[in-house]
Amino acid sequence: MKLLVLAEHDNVQLKAATLNAVTAAGKIGGEIHLLVVGSGCAGVAEQAAKVAGVAQVKLVDAPHYAGQTAENVAVLIQAHAAGYGHILAAATSQGKNVLPRVAALLDVAQISDILAVEDGETFVRPIYAGNALATVRSKDAVKVITVRTTGFDPAPAEGGQAVVEALPPGPDLGQARLVTRELTKSARPELAAAKVIVSGGRALGSGENYRQLLEPLADKLGAALGASRAAVDAGFVPNDYQVGQTGKIVAPQLYIAVGISGAIQHLAGMKDAKVIVAINKDPDAPIFQVADYGLVADLFQAIPELTAAL
Amino acid sequence: MKVIVPIKRVVDFNVKVRVKADGSGVDLANVKMAMNPFDEIAVEEAVRQKEAGVVTEVVAVSCGVAACQETLRTAMALGADRGILVDTDVELQPLAVAKLLKAVVAKEAPQLVILGKQAIDDDANQTGQMLAALLGWPQATFASKVVVDTAAGQVTVTREVDGGLETLELKLPAVVTTDLRLNEPRYATLPNIMKAKKKPLETLTPETLGVDATPRLATVKVVEPPKRAAGIRVADVAQLVDKLRNEAKVIA
Repeated sequence: MKLLVLAEHDNVQLKAATLNAVTAAGKIGGEIHLLVVGSGCAGVAEQAAKVAGVAQVKLVDAPHYAGQTAENVAVLIQAHAAGYGHILAAATSQGKNVLPRVAALLDVAQISDILAVEDGETFVRPIYAGNALATVRSKDAVKVITVRTTGFDPAPAEGGQAVVEALPPGPDLGQARLVTRELTKSARPELAAAKVIVSGGRALGSGENYRQLLEPLADKLGAALGASRAAVDAGFVPNDYQVGQTGKIVAPQLYIAVGISGAIQHLAGMKDAKVIVAINKDPDAPIFQVADYGLVADLFQAIPELTAAL
Repeated sequence: MKVIVPIKRVVDFNVKVRVKADGSGVDLANVKMAMNPFDEIAVEEAVRQKEAGVVTEVVAVSCGVAACQETLRTAMALGADRGILVDTDVELQPLAVAKLLKAVVAKEAPQLVILGKQAIDDDANQTGQMLAALLGWPQATFASKVVVDTAAGQVTVTREVDGGLETLELKLPAVVTTDLRLNEPRYATLPNIMKAKKKPLETLTPETLGVDATPRLATVKVVEPPKRAAGIRVADVAQLVDKLRNEAKVIA
């Protein structure tokens, strides 16, 4: 049996989320092929070939894949689906965008955001904002799956010796055009993969307070910065900082929730963190029910104190 | 231009759901139901486009049990012109819903379908993408801004992606799925709720649409996630740092 994993990349760098998807594929078992679709992305294919556990890299390089739009990528995957029992991608914004389209073209169900593999057709996935875990079985000929990256360790990025095979491009459907991409620039670790996350909520009061208080703390800890929906909606930080059911799902070693009450939708994104610290002045905030260490204090005093103590 | 807005009746987002003891699912008896929050945003967007003169008619569609009529009435109270219920007791999964919606699109011939990006019960985040695939239409998922240009026959959509934002131009007809920041949905006023009762609501079935809605995925079991062990309260920052360093060993 062969498995196809869609590589996530920006035409330059293979994204770490791909490594988690490769591990999930490894748990199903079979020969793993990584598909690299993009424009001027030969370097990505070289990186993909080094990923441990990957048998083959399929490279499709053409100008009309520069933006990796769902329409063009999905028909390409459909054209190459024959012979694969499973098609996987990380459950990132790209994986979530493309894979359901692939599944519908193949007339099969898609299994979203799997946390665990029971066997080749049985998978565990969260429902109701992570308040229940469903085990689902697919009898479809091809299983199309997105993988929750925090559910699987990353495969080693070095040590593999896969063969790179260039495939001809599929058609350019010309239905969608990427106009611009405005990415948030940050020197910090990527939120989804960070070992430590400092996350701020509404109680910080302003974007200025958010930066003044949390950035020095994050610097000391080498942490990524996150936020609750309230902090994003109030404009303190860009929306790609959001942790939760509709934002990023994270599972760092240490998650420090500062001035976050702990709504169901926020907990959905971070309750698998190894250690959770809550700093909040409301002793009844729901965040304290999941926190390993809770400090009831005014964050405007506690955070500078904490930063100084590290 | 006509817009179709598919909506789903789900457990209210504030409800803490309980898993049934026999592992067969989540207990929905006597639980408050409401319109999926992302779908409210989709309805709001369609209504705003109508108010801006871009859209002429907004049709809300819901697939599921008869009680989905209430959800459709809510959409009509928010400004949808009419409703279509695809009435079935069969458990509907995203692929089946996408096929039902494709059949409705074939009947109604809209230029745009606006859906929520995901339902907060199954958290699948699939239906819009699947519908776009089945129709052969372009898609813009996770939209935070939608600008329709009917003269040019295109829609420009700003999307929320992992690293930030991106903007796509799609040729109409197209499928758009909404993210939370697209808009702030309005509240239905009492007069509008009363008016909504008089708006037309058509009922179809999967059979009349010629769609096989049989579930593809079997649910083997549903369990509660592992509970986190109760934590402790620390007295001050010094004790917190000590615990993180020496007990949890998560900082150096």
